[in-house]
Amino acid sequence: MDHLQRLETKSVYILREAYREFKDLCMLWSIGKDSTVMVWLARKAFFGHVPFPLVHIDTHYKIPEMVAYRDRLALDWKLNMVYGENRLALASRQTFPDGRVDRLTCCRSLKTEALRKTLSGEWPRYRMDHDLKQYVVDDPREPFTGVIVGARADEEGSRSKERYFSPRDKDSEWDVGDQPPELWNQFKTDFAPGTHVRIHPLLDWTELNIWEYIEREHIPVVSLYFDQGEGRRYRSLGCYPCTTPVESRSRSVSEIVEELRTGKFSNIAERSGREQDKADGGGLESLRREGYM
Amino acid sequence: MEEGSLLWPDSPESGTRPLFGRALESPTPDSGAGESGHNLESVMMNTEPVPGQSRDTMNIVVVGHVDHGKSTVIGRLMADTNSLPVGKLEQVKARCVQKARPFEYAFLLDALADEQAQGITIDSARCFFRTPRRDYIIIDAPGHLEFLRNMISGASRAQAALLVIDAHEGIRENSRRHGYMLSMLGIRQIVVLVNKMDLVGYDLGVFEEIRRDYAAFLAEIGVTPIDFIPICARDGNNIARRAPWYSGRTVLEHIDSLSSEKTVQSGPLRFPVQDIYKFTEHGDDRRIVAGTVESGEIAVGDPVVFLPSGKRSRVKTLEGFSQPACDRAGAGQATGFTLADELYIRPGEIMSRVEDTPPLVASRLRVSLFWMGKAPMIRGKKYKLKLATCRVSAELREVVRVLNADDLSSQQKQQVDRHDVAECVLETTKPIAFDLVADLPATARFVVVDHYEIAGGGTISGAVAASRSALSDHVARRESGWERSEISAETRALRYRHRSKFIVVSGAPDASNAVAKALEKALFEEGYVAYYLGITSIDHGLDADVIDHAEKREEGVRRLGELARILTDTGQILITNLPDMDRYELEQLRTLNAPNEILVARVGDAAGHEWQPDVSVALDASQAQAVGQIMGHLREEEIILDYVI
Repeated sequence: MDHLQRLETKSVYILREAYREFKDLCMLWSIGKDSTVMVWLARKAFFGHVPFPLVHIDTHYKIPEMVAYRDRLALDWKLNMVYGENRLALASRQTFPDGRVDRLTCCRSLKTEALRKTLSGEWPRYRMDHDLKQYVVDDPREPFTGVIVGARADEEGSRSKERYFSPRDKDSEWDVGDQPPELWNQFKTDFAPGTHVRIHPLLDWTELNIWEYIEREHIPVVSLYFDQGEGRRYRSLGCYPCTTPVESRSRSVSEIVEELRTGKFSNIAERSGREQDKADGGGLESLRREGYM
Repeated sequence: MEEGSLLWPDSPESGTRPLFGRALESPTPDSGAGESGHNLESVMMNTEPVPGQSRDTMNIVVVGHVDHGKSTVIGRLMADTNSLPVGKLEQVKARCVQKARPFEYAFLLDALADEQAQGITIDSARCFFRTPRRDYIIIDAPGHLEFLRNMISGASRAQAALLVIDAHEGIRENSRRHGYMLSMLGIRQIVVLVNKMDLVGYDLGVFEEIRRDYAAFLAEIGVTPIDFIPICARDGNNIARRAPWYSGRTVLEHIDSLSSEKTVQSGPLRFPVQDIYKFTEHGDDRRIVAGTVESGEIAVGDPVVFLPSGKRSRVKTLEGFSQPACDRAGAGQATGFTLADELYIRPGEIMSRVEDTPPLVASRLRVSLFWMGKAPMIRGKKYKLKLATCRVSAELREVVRVLNADDLSSQQKQQVDRHDVAECVLETTKPIAFDLVADLPATARFVVVDHYEIAGGGTISGAVAASRSALSDHVARRESGWERSEISAETRALRYRHRSKFIVVSGAPDASNAVAKALEKALFEEGYVAYYLGITSIDHGLDADVIDHAEKREEGVRRLGELARILTDTGQILITNLPDMDRYELEQLRTLNAPNEILVARVGDAAGHEWQPDVSVALDASQAQAVGQIMGHLREEEIILDYVI
């Protein structure tokens, strides 16, 4: 077995544990490469099916190709696709691109708050109707108690402290210093009512592993990751006002794998194109404590 | 697959689409060299990738007493292999100048703000460095006692360990405790680093003394370390670079020579059943048994046995998604298969091949365990035991001895306290399948859950023959406290024209359910006091407080048994339907219903079942025939008394 196969086995095991233990389970799909690999791993784990909803938080500032790609895969793969949004903030234009709030506040409102209220069921959810091929209001809305997230330990300091099964309290807060032990393949799967849990099947994967797996499995990814002839490509995808591409001539998956293997980016953080991380001297960490993924 | 309709990442048309239009901000700076000055050509990044193969990765845990220099060792490994993000070293150094504190390599790891505030590493952080041989995930395990569970979480993922001992302070409590934990967690590759050699003036005599004492300690717990290395992590001595005063291998040379293999391909098949899937959407009618092969190999056509139930069948197909069709799967593979027979198997059973050595099956286990729970582990309390994919209730039967990890002296105690390492006997409420740690660690390790938390972990070293089960002890206690009625069972039998009986109808789900209800009706119409109790009625009523669905079945069966004892005591005939009952559940119901009597009927064939019913009804028998057969048996046994008018 090579390293990728070992990673796949572990992720599949974690996904199956999550499905076995949580009745109200969902998976966050950010449309990026990591969570798309995760959707693929779910199809591996469940033999072609994804037996829980995929949740996307639409900030309406996502690069439009991402949303088109999301809906296309949702239909082709027969996914139970759900999205949520912060209607209030969008309607009152309380966003960074509108110039009313700073980047972190915008992230908090369009992502963190939208996510929390979508997961809890307080705000509307929109579900893909496969017959109509469009989204319809989803009702009734049960709170999700288990949420599968594509965080990787190598992405950034605060993520390196995560557990595979990580409990959050009612306010989604994460107590880094007081986490349950994880032994061998035994995770914390017993919870007092009211706790919700984040499950991280990709914790041990690196950026290179993700691309190697995309190459091996021929997983379709959004074309923004590739150079379109301008000598630039996105390495990490987010909202367009806060995401910048990197200089790269990689036009295909194999070229990206090659680029990462040569170590070209080894000294540049993967999320260096994500402006909110830089705000406040550690924006991502404080966002994550509050429930950002 | 429909993927063809999508935009393939490598398809030519993807190259012609413009980047989404908007001003491109300044590109990220070019990568430059990390901290220069180390002559470490041999470990630089310019490694030859193997085409189509992902690079090998290995998890290493760094343990040892607090302040003995674990984080410094790791910081050095990262810096000296040039694995740090550019500018990170300078940034941390600058911050130190700002705060007027001397720079330490350990600061590199303190990615989280609150950790730096406390000045200690809280969790087992994962970080990465690479050598030409492979990538490393280094797990920095906290040395503080109260963070033992974090050390264990980190260490249990590791294939090798670096154990750091301060040359100046010598062997301390956690040096020994961590050594012991490593051996319990099954980590066999251990390199001991004697750090801060500068503080003892690079005196190799001090090093030799520590080596001798610590090797003797490790020998007592059956561990042979790979090597001892004198180092000075602060200055980088013998980490990646050999110091002039030393001629042995460096830390890097050692870890590059270790093995990263985790699984055993040879050996008997062990396939813990993780779940059974039937996703009926889109016309999928496969019933797939899913899990990961822990040892051995499984192939289409293999006759297999599930333990503890003892059910047998044959592997019909191996299932997978987006992979070439295959007819075998080996150790380490997550897979699934369908069976030739429609068996009711539950998650938690271990499947092995009929021709292989089977796992052991027992309910009384001799174990070594360490306890991390805030509350001690005590006798008479119910815990949840998780072994491979099995979850079962268990209790502490006996504390054989509690070990002092410091000097390995043993202590007699009645309970296991926090941070204790103990040998004890546990008893599960029903037998489980397992292996001994000496044979197959993957199916010999378990954790103990106390009030939602993983509070302990351990390994099984043996099965203990039980003269009496915990359940029969319970029944004996219950019966001695039972308030006897003034009305005898015989008096009731005369009044009702029948004796009491607990009748369980098992077998084919729908057919057995129909037979159970028809039996109630037939008995009632002939004037007998009969009552049918559906298991789902209890699920949502009496058992509504059992939220944990893994426990639901086990606790449900227990309550059914207790309820049967009460209802049969009233003199009536109680009928229930439990289609997929296994032999242990039958035994449990029989024990709990004692001293009253049980009768088991099975509808349909006995495929894979290992218990014998009192009445066996053919699947194609009519309902009237089935009822007649059971009534006949009741008459034969003189449960219903026709001659009393």
